[in-house]
Amino acid sequence: MNALHVTRQTRLSLTTLILLMPALVLLTAAPWWAGRADLRLMGEIALYMSLATLWNLLAGYAGLVSVGQQAYVGLGAYVFFALTLLAGVHPLAALPLLMLVGAGMSATAAVLLFRLRGAYFAIGSWVLAEVFRLTFAQVSALGGGSGISLPPAVVRALSDDRWMREAMAWWLALGAAALVIGVVVLFLRSRNGVALTAIRDNELAARSLGIDVWRTKFTVYVAVGALTTLIGALIFLQKLRISPDAAFSVNDWTAFVIFIVVIGGLGTIEGPIIGTLVFFALRQTLADLGTIYLIALGLVAIAVMLWAPRGLWGLVRDRWGLEIFPLSRRVAGLNEKGH
Amino acid sequence: MEWINAIAQGVLLGGLYALFAAGLSLIFGIMRLVNIAHGDLIVLSAYVALTVTLALGLHPLLALVLVVPGMALFGYALQRLILNRAMGEDILPPLLVTFGLSVIIQNALLTGYSADPQKLDAGWIETASVQAGPLVLGVMPLLVFACAVAVIGALQWMFYRTALGRAFRATSDRQDIAQLMGLNRAHVFAMAMALCLAVTALAGVFLGIRTAFDPAGGSARLIYGFEAVIIGGLGNLWGTLAGGVILGVAQTVGATIHPGFQVLAGHLVFLAILAVRPRGLFPRREE
Repeated sequence: MNALHVTRQTRLSLTTLILLMPALVLLTAAPWWAGRADLRLMGEIALYMSLATLWNLLAGYAGLVSVGQQAYVGLGAYVFFALTLLAGVHPLAALPLLMLVGAGMSATAAVLLFRLRGAYFAIGSWVLAEVFRLTFAQVSALGGGSGISLPPAVVRALSDDRWMREAMAWWLALGAAALVIGVVVLFLRSRNGVALTAIRDNELAARSLGIDVWRTKFTVYVAVGALTTLIGALIFLQKLRISPDAAFSVNDWTAFVIFIVVIGGLGTIEGPIIGTLVFFALRQTLADLGTIYLIALGLVAIAVMLWAPRGLWGLVRDRWGLEIFPLSRRVAGLNEKGH
Repeated sequence: MEWINAIAQGVLLGGLYALFAAGLSLIFGIMRLVNIAHGDLIVLSAYVALTVTLALGLHPLLALVLVVPGMALFGYALQRLILNRAMGEDILPPLLVTFGLSVIIQNALLTGYSADPQKLDAGWIETASVQAGPLVLGVMPLLVFACAVAVIGALQWMFYRTALGRAFRATSDRQDIAQLMGLNRAHVFAMAMALCLAVTALAGVFLGIRTAFDPAGGSARLIYGFEAVIIGGLGNLWGTLAGGVILGVAQTVGATIHPGFQVLAGHLVFLAILAVRPRGLFPRREE
């Protein structure tokens, strides 16, 4: 082990990996130790963490600054309601189906949106989300503009027992968050991930090295779209009521998610996770203030962007060089050889 | 006949959208700033005008004398103190900062004025109309359209005939060289934002006279404005007017087909144009 070699592992990442297992077990057992309100809050945190991680992959790694991810949150929610309510599909069976719909829709959207660059892409993605919202507002079978509730029969299909239903909602949220973060970490460690980082740092250089820029970005966009529809369905499985304005809200599913990612640290895996915890800590302490809380959130996001553009985790990493998720490569064995 | 009427109303509505868009086109063209708060600034202008009319008993159109310079000053300060710090190659920092601004403005308005829709009362002129052949056109929409043409003409003149316009064009072409030639980039950008918000104030007052507004109404206006800019093509002010008219006509024709189809039709036309011409219909130059 004394020879010089390149590794991704650090002592911190190894420790985290070892601690991750008991932490996951503890979280899985939450229905037995947490109260109902806490369980609900934790579910919300897990789902926001997933949204933030996905947006971070898009904007922080693939350079696709979308302000229209609410299109897929709302799509997932509406397709979930349509499948369970109108087609009578079992809620759990609906989840993989709606991910397929999400993948199909995002693949179609990508063909159009990828013709646009930078600001045009951002606005185009938002207009697409508006098209989805206005279209679903026309579907009277799903409540039209005023929305619809999930009938008890559908919810009971999950389980007859209330405690069990709430536990399942939590396990789904936790599982989705683990799936999203796991997929993103594995993707970034893969060949595609290296290609993506190269594109982010210099698109021209990446292209001249033979990287297929369009296909790499397309893969990311479609994967993020499919996973975002899943998260959207789970969010509205928790809420049990849907309306076009709530499902396709740009503030709830994009603005706050962008704040989370930027406060935590764009372009890092740790950033969205930390940002989500800060976001909810702020919300739980200031929520009574209503609109003042949202004004404060906006101010914090602006302040972070202007004075600490790499976010909280960026500050930590610049200072101590820490990395919890083993992504970047470093040379090991230098000290042992006395270089 | 119904269709001709819809098209005529759409053209006039396009004047209002061109006013939403003119300021955006200006700052987008000069400094590549995607201002997410633009729509909220339009709504903010309407609220400022409401406060001025209620406090001083002025007619909304007279209130413009106060609202326009007020918003221009606000724009200068906003750019100098906050937005200039976020400017650069990357579009994300200004996007995020203006997203923050948007949330702040919306919630500040919500706190100050509640969520109830408000309207500016312009009296008789709201319902006055003129007969033009078989068409009946409202005086107010005609006035708005005339204003839009005048504003775009004035901006175009300013852009190509004045020292300020030359500074704008120079900074838009090459920021670093413009700086070397003695232009103060921070000041030029702030002037652009001041001009943008002056037009925005006008748009906000016309919006408030035309329809009821509430604190959450900014995002729709932002999108209409951006659609008009992008349909017309970046850097082309007359193109922006054409973009506004295309969007307005798409909406009124859509509404004639089915009332729920109005806004959707506008978006679909926008996406269709983007699919065919990703740089808009009349782009001034290749980027």
